[in-house]
Amino acid sequence: MVRTLSLLLGLTICPSSSWAAAPSPARQQELLYLLHQDCGACHGMRLKGGLGPALTPENLSALSEAQIQQTILEGRPGTPMPPWKPFMSPEEAGWLADRLKQGKTTE
Amino acid sequence: MKRLLLPLLLFLPLAAIADDCLLRGTGDLGVVIERATGSLQVVDTTAHKALFRVEGLGDLSHASVVYSRDERYAYVFGRDGGLTKVDLLCGRIAKRIVQGGNSIGGAISQDGRLVAVSNYEPGGVKVFSSDDLSLVADIPATRTVKGKGSKTVGLVDAPGERFVFSLYDTGEIWLLGMKDPAHPRLTKFAGIGRQPYDGLVTPDGRYYIAGLFGEDGLAKLDLWHPEKGVERILDHYGKGEQKLPVYKMPHLEGWAIAGNRAFFPAVGHHEVLVMDMESWKEIGRIPVHGQPVFVMARPDGRQLWVNFAFPDNDTVQVIDSESLKIVDTLKTGKGTLHMEFTPRGEEVWISVRDKDEVQIYDTDTRKLKGRLQARKPSGIFFTDRAHKTGL
Repeated sequence: MVRTLSLLLGLTICPSSSWAAAPSPARQQELLYLLHQDCGACHGMRLKGGLGPALTPENLSALSEAQIQQTILEGRPGTPMPPWKPFMSPEEAGWLADRLKQGKTTE
Repeated sequence: MKRLLLPLLLFLPLAAIADDCLLRGTGDLGVVIERATGSLQVVDTTAHKALFRVEGLGDLSHASVVYSRDERYAYVFGRDGGLTKVDLLCGRIAKRIVQGGNSIGGAISQDGRLVAVSNYEPGGVKVFSSDDLSLVADIPATRTVKGKGSKTVGLVDAPGERFVFSLYDTGEIWLLGMKDPAHPRLTKFAGIGRQPYDGLVTPDGRYYIAGLFGEDGLAKLDLWHPEKGVERILDHYGKGEQKLPVYKMPHLEGWAIAGNRAFFPAVGHHEVLVMDMESWKEIGRIPVHGQPVFVMARPDGRQLWVNFAFPDNDTVQVIDSESLKIVDTLKTGKGTLHMEFTPRGEEVWISVRDKDEVQIYDTDTRKLKGRLQARKPSGIFFTDRAHKTGL
């Protein structure tokens, strides 16, 4: 019940409507696999950082979901972070950003 | 009779302890890192089989391994700062410490007595006794403007009980002399270029070379003449050309040298660069399937095997080092992460993450000779590295 409530709250304050366009369960698995295996090359498979920063909720607390979504899609010029938009839609990046903010990234 | 029995009885418990350990040589053994499960397999490259699985090694993202000079122990460097000494003959952990928060590889000294670990967090290098993993020296990195120690990368060993490494955030190369472990000697080279991302030492131990992510070119230090300082080489490769986004940083470890030519991955390009080792000038580029991650020379230098960054990481290409032509393109499968040659190069072992297997190829015919099941395999490291500088 508590969980449902917080989920609902998350929905209402969520700036982008990523939940509305949540990827299919199979695609969600693909995205999480990509997150750990390929993003993990720089950010660590457990997302605790490496050459790139940790992608834990604590470390991402200063960034909004929209900012994270933007970083995933466009990369960060001047750093090794590449744009991932060839491999996912804005909605999918938003879904990943939301999961990262919540720390719910287990496959 | 009684006199005979007593020593026998005393010996028995010892024998019982050693029973689960192997009594054999280790020159044809190695380890396969199973990074997602924090485990590794000890493998026999002659029998093409796994001998043990060792678990409890922590976060093995980007893990690497060096070997004790007797080739019995593997030192495993994990991402979570874990340094684990694994006994290959007994298939178990001999000693494990967590020495930092976030690490990236290590090296073993020329005499085999010291193991150094490169840390992202807190940035710097720590040196340990290879025997009991007790701390010998702690070398914090230069602080960045944000107040954190720079990430250290590209740590290698060099002759003269030295270690060499690069500082990613502050653009430096440091030379650490450990001849007298109680008094480490540090020589610093600043302004070597932006964002050195990895380093290597030539097989003879003479030149340390750092690859730069933040600009084109490489930084070279002559370890015979460190007083001459760091020199830039290949300054102009890729100049004025649009770099592609890099989805996986290339590696320089095991730099491929064949005859007078060195081959290495071009950052952000679908090319392998060829350099003349006398003049340190670029003499060619080989267009390849994707952005190269590892460019590895077969031990005889006749072939180069190349794997690629995401999204092209399902392929391995083989280049003839003489004609510079691609002689084979193998579709190994998605997540082809690492390759390791057997000591004399008749076989190459390739880890294919998404198939949960290691594929074994004959390097002459490029025919698949065998497979080994492994959970999300990444790095493969054979024990002959024990006697190679920089590996």
